[in-house]
Amino acid sequence: MPEPGYLSMRSSGSFASQIINQGTIVNIGILLKEGPYNHQASDTAYKFAEAAIAKGHKVDAVFLYNDGVTNVNKLMDPPQDDRHIADRWSKLSKQHGVEVLACIAASKRRGINDDILIEGGEITGLGTLTDIAIRNDRLVTFGD
Amino acid sequence: MAEEQTNIKKIMHVMRHAPHGTIYTYEGLEMILIMAAYEQDISIAFIGDGVYALKKGQDTAGIDIKGFAKTFMALDGYDVEKLYVDAASLAERGLTEDDLVVDVEVLSSGEIGRLMGEQDVVLPH
Repeated sequence: MPEPGYLSMRSSGSFASQIINQGTIVNIGILLKEGPYNHQASDTAYKFAEAAIAKGHKVDAVFLYNDGVTNVNKLMDPPQDDRHIADRWSKLSKQHGVEVLACIAASKRRGINDDILIEGGEITGLGTLTDIAIRNDRLVTFGD
Repeated sequence: MAEEQTNIKKIMHVMRHAPHGTIYTYEGLEMILIMAAYEQDISIAFIGDGVYALKKGQDTAGIDIKGFAKTFMALDGYDVEKLYVDAASLAERGLTEDDLVVDVEVLSSGEIGRLMGEQDVVLPH
């Protein structure tokens, strides 16, 4: 098992390879703290998850906190030539069994509830994030 | 590894933003209060503008925000007792330990970096 530890809250092309080119299967939790479109964090977290899965690693869950909870609002309707960030998370959940979880306290503040939640998404408590932090080799945070 | 047998993880929360202006510090504090119930080895580091979260005499009446500096004073009741403050961040802002609402350990940036390296999980807020 790799040494646990702090990686980075920011990310770049080389960052993904820092964690996933280690020759062992790594269990990864992701914490995403920014909303879609306004900030790159959501895109980078998604690309990171994709790259990790492609390398054979296990992405256990994406936990959404702060404005990150708005990533799972199915009402978003971007122009057709743009990426649909909510659908993308839904697809990741369905195709790869990644849990996509929004913090309930943060969701309530921002009007996110089960009625507008993407398929595959779930609203849950911070205790779940604690479990994710405990059970994975790495918890990687994306956000400011 | 002993720490894996007991399954107690070292989790450090890092406060990096001023307490008001963004919600990061407040929701970070909410996260800490929940995690405190899970009997993990929790610590908090205050670096950069994060040190302002602990400043005495905050008056939030004018911005319609509930002040929460006092909540940091209640953390020892949740067994969160390891509060580290970066000495350089304090000095850069003209603050000393006496300006803070709680007892903290003031450490050099290097010492805080070393502590971060010892953690299983680091959560930036």
